[in-house]
Amino acid sequence: MVNFGGWDMPVEYPATGGLIAEHMAVRTAVGVFDVSHMGDIVIESTGTNKESAAALAAVQHISMNDASKLAIGQAHYSALLNPHGTFVDDVVVHRTGHEGYLLVINAGTREKDFHWVRDNVRGFACTARDVGDHYTQLAIQGPRAADLLSTLTAADLPAVKNYWFTRGEVCGLPNVLIARTGYTAEDGFEIYVPSDAATSAMVWNRVLDAGKEFGILPCGLGARNTLRLEGRMALYGHEISDTINVWEAGLDRFCKMDKGDFIGRAALEKARAEGLRRTLVGLEMVDRGIARDDYKVFDQDGREVGYVTSGSPAPFLKKNIALAYVPPALAEVGTALLVEVRTQKLKAKVVPTPFYKRPR
Amino acid sequence: MSYPADFRYSKDHEWIKVEGGTAKIGITDYAQKSLGDVVFVELPKPGAKFTAGSAFGTVESVKAVSEVYSPVTCEVLEVNESLASAPETINTDPHGAAWLIKVRLQTPAEVQSMMDAAAYEAYIAEKDKEAHA
Repeated sequence: MVNFGGWDMPVEYPATGGLIAEHMAVRTAVGVFDVSHMGDIVIESTGTNKESAAALAAVQHISMNDASKLAIGQAHYSALLNPHGTFVDDVVVHRTGHEGYLLVINAGTREKDFHWVRDNVRGFACTARDVGDHYTQLAIQGPRAADLLSTLTAADLPAVKNYWFTRGEVCGLPNVLIARTGYTAEDGFEIYVPSDAATSAMVWNRVLDAGKEFGILPCGLGARNTLRLEGRMALYGHEISDTINVWEAGLDRFCKMDKGDFIGRAALEKARAEGLRRTLVGLEMVDRGIARDDYKVFDQDGREVGYVTSGSPAPFLKKNIALAYVPPALAEVGTALLVEVRTQKLKAKVVPTPFYKRPR
Repeated sequence: MSYPADFRYSKDHEWIKVEGGTAKIGITDYAQKSLGDVVFVELPKPGAKFTAGSAFGTVESVKAVSEVYSPVTCEVLEVNESLASAPETINTDPHGAAWLIKVRLQTPAEVQSMMDAAAYEAYIAEKDKEAHA
């Protein structure tokens, strides 16, 4: 077990196969993750005028994607930004009702995020509530995730498209939020059930039991990291942080500059005009060796040009891959770079990302 | 997995098996378990010399990098080349086929100050207790 944002979490489940087996289960069958460490913030309009759109205005103010485009039952990836255009955190915003939104945030930043959200929605006729302790969140991920979940719920899962959600009975529990979301670059669902120990254990065990015929494995933080890395999904404190801006992180398509003002927009406007100083690229090791988080990146002349944000062996791709910040001039696919691994500078090259795309 | 009685063990979870004036060095079952799936091994070249307690190589799993320390002062005679293409042997046979280096001992008495199997088993039991405290 490791301490992760105050939660004791398994890096892997060695008794059932360990990290590589878990990673492969999610790519080829199904895996289940206990992701209850994720935080949940509900933003709802107050007052009697439910058409006031205060909650929407608040969400628009604090996040960079355009929440006005969300239908009820739809979710999208977004981020909370500092006035500098850098990251407070990334979030998945769910529109739960006419005047209700659910923001799912990271564990490590949960308290900071909640205070930040509460402070920044003060001017709007809405409430922000931290409901993270109310839910156990399980992520059921992999090509067989829908087959497995359909044995535990009567909800119409095929009708739930990617980044949409529904509510239904799961394992006999009423009104469970079932979202087709995840952090594995694979099809899958995240379900939110009551957090009491008995209910949580019951659902966890029933998912594992029902998953047997589909080849399920319980999966830990280790596989969660390698899966998201193959899919080039950002991790707070690595690819995104309060010193990295949206353009650098390459998250432009989730940032809607034309939706109206929002926190960080002015700084991003300015940053765009000034041009990029660094950009996030995918690297694949050419020499034998593994790039790891924070290793230094050099150009071919041996000048230090950047650093690795996340690096690891990629269990499905069977390559040693990394994400790294480098100057834009060195970001083109095929560019040869060097990564300092202990005492040696090893050859690497810039490759297209995501490293892994699921077959559709 | 049991810890062979004819090995000696270090606090950094290396084992050493003395055969006359030479010895084989590897990492223990406890070490491979805490690392997880081993995917990469970096070892020195024959002829390299190490003092007791200095790092002679690296073993990497998917999730972690771990240096391996020589428990004794020695000169490397031979390196287990098979680990380059089959690093997972460290997970499956840490006390046998997955020896890392074969060395000539400089100061054989150093081995005597290391833990025997019973002492090492008590040592890792204590480690596990700390981890679960």
